[in-house]
Amino acid sequence: MTKIVFVDHAGKSRQVEADDGSTVMETALRNSIPGIEAECGGACACATCHVYVDEAWFEKLGKPEQMEEDMLDFAFDVRPTSRLSCQIKVSPALDGLTVTTPEKQG
Amino acid sequence: MTDIIKTDVVIVGAGPVGLFAVFELGLLDLRCHLIDILPRAGGQCSELYPEKPIYDIPGFPVVTGQAIVDNLMKQIEPFNPTFHFNEQVEGLEVLGTPEAPLFRVTTDAGQVFETKVVIVAAGGGSFQPKRPPVAGIEDYEGKSVFYAVRKMETFRGKKVLIVGGGDSALDWTLNLQPIAERVTLMHRRDDFRAAPHSVNAMRELVAAGKLDLVIGQMTGLKGENGMLSAVSAKDNKNVAFDIDCNAMMPFFGLTMKLGPIANWGLHLHENLVPVDTAKFESSTPGIFAVGDINTYPGKLKLILSGFHEVALAAQRAHHYVYPEKKLLFQYTTSSTNLQKKLGVA
Repeated sequence: MTKIVFVDHAGKSRQVEADDGSTVMETALRNSIPGIEAECGGACACATCHVYVDEAWFEKLGKPEQMEEDMLDFAFDVRPTSRLSCQIKVSPALDGLTVTTPEKQG
Repeated sequence: MTDIIKTDVVIVGAGPVGLFAVFELGLLDLRCHLIDILPRAGGQCSELYPEKPIYDIPGFPVVTGQAIVDNLMKQIEPFNPTFHFNEQVEGLEVLGTPEAPLFRVTTDAGQVFETKVVIVAAGGGSFQPKRPPVAGIEDYEGKSVFYAVRKMETFRGKKVLIVGGGDSALDWTLNLQPIAERVTLMHRRDDFRAAPHSVNAMRELVAAGKLDLVIGQMTGLKGENGMLSAVSAKDNKNVAFDIDCNAMMPFFGLTMKLGPIANWGLHLHENLVPVDTAKFESSTPGIFAVGDINTYPGKLKLILSGFHEVALAAQRAHHYVYPEKKLLFQYTTSSTNLQKKLGVA
């Protein structure tokens, strides 16, 4: 089990256990994390699972693929550490990963 | 005034389940009109994941979203349904009785239908342009903020800001540039999803000084009484600036909204239409709900569940359209009668 920490816009933090091989978006939905809508169900087609990855973790995740970059165009207040959580796969190497949900998913 | 279309069934939504409804209803001699706000059939399959593989359609180990739609279109060809694209269903009026239902359905394009059966196959709702989450944008919509171009003339002599980096944003940048006083295109990065030839054309106009390209993101609106005077933005280093404009078109993709179906008195539960599991009929006799838009104990939002639902709903729909006729259950493999309808006998 890998621990993921979700911090909401107001700064409240929630630590949950994630299944390796699932995505950060799926982990959020399974644990009723507020601020993740995932309207398209993980098809990388809606940008409503947008998160800001903690600086310390951003590099470790590797670069987003072209499709994800394109889809981030549909998100709001995109920052250098923005990712779509449906495209981040959970693995033991990500134990302690911290992401912040944006104020609005648009 | 457009003529009233009289039909057996109006299907709201041309996604996979709405399309398969045409097949099941067609086998029972029911004639269908489909209405969809999108310009083409396929719903979420075509709009959200045309290239994505689907693994749980019975009989198809793997099929893409677009392929399942293309196949369904072929499958329903014998029944010659009529599609009404780019239209949203607005009003529903009950004209008949629970025993002999009849409805008047109207669309935002002014089309009126008189139909004995309505099948709501609206999925997650109708696709609508995504509204940027900037404070007070509602006040400007339709006056100086537009999500689509109805008339190009609206933009003549205006200072237009277009926001986005896809085909819609680039197409309208290029189309409005000759008409508007000035067009500014703003995008969050200097990299565009749009077709390369549009991007090249845009860059040439920028190089020639005929178009402004700004890299940044919208943060707020300035203006009064719905008329924009400027859009506030920030660049990638968080430096704030304003863009002088009196019309703005944001292109941030589509989202799904339930829309006017909410006002049809269907006793919605969390924006879903409760139905029974024998006929998939709503609380109003003659109005059915199938696919992702319905809810019942054990509901799964799967395409295959929707296919099952329309087969059962069609049986009851037949009763409303042909109350005197007894329905004989038949297989397409063996019934010459069904095969004739499919054009294969």
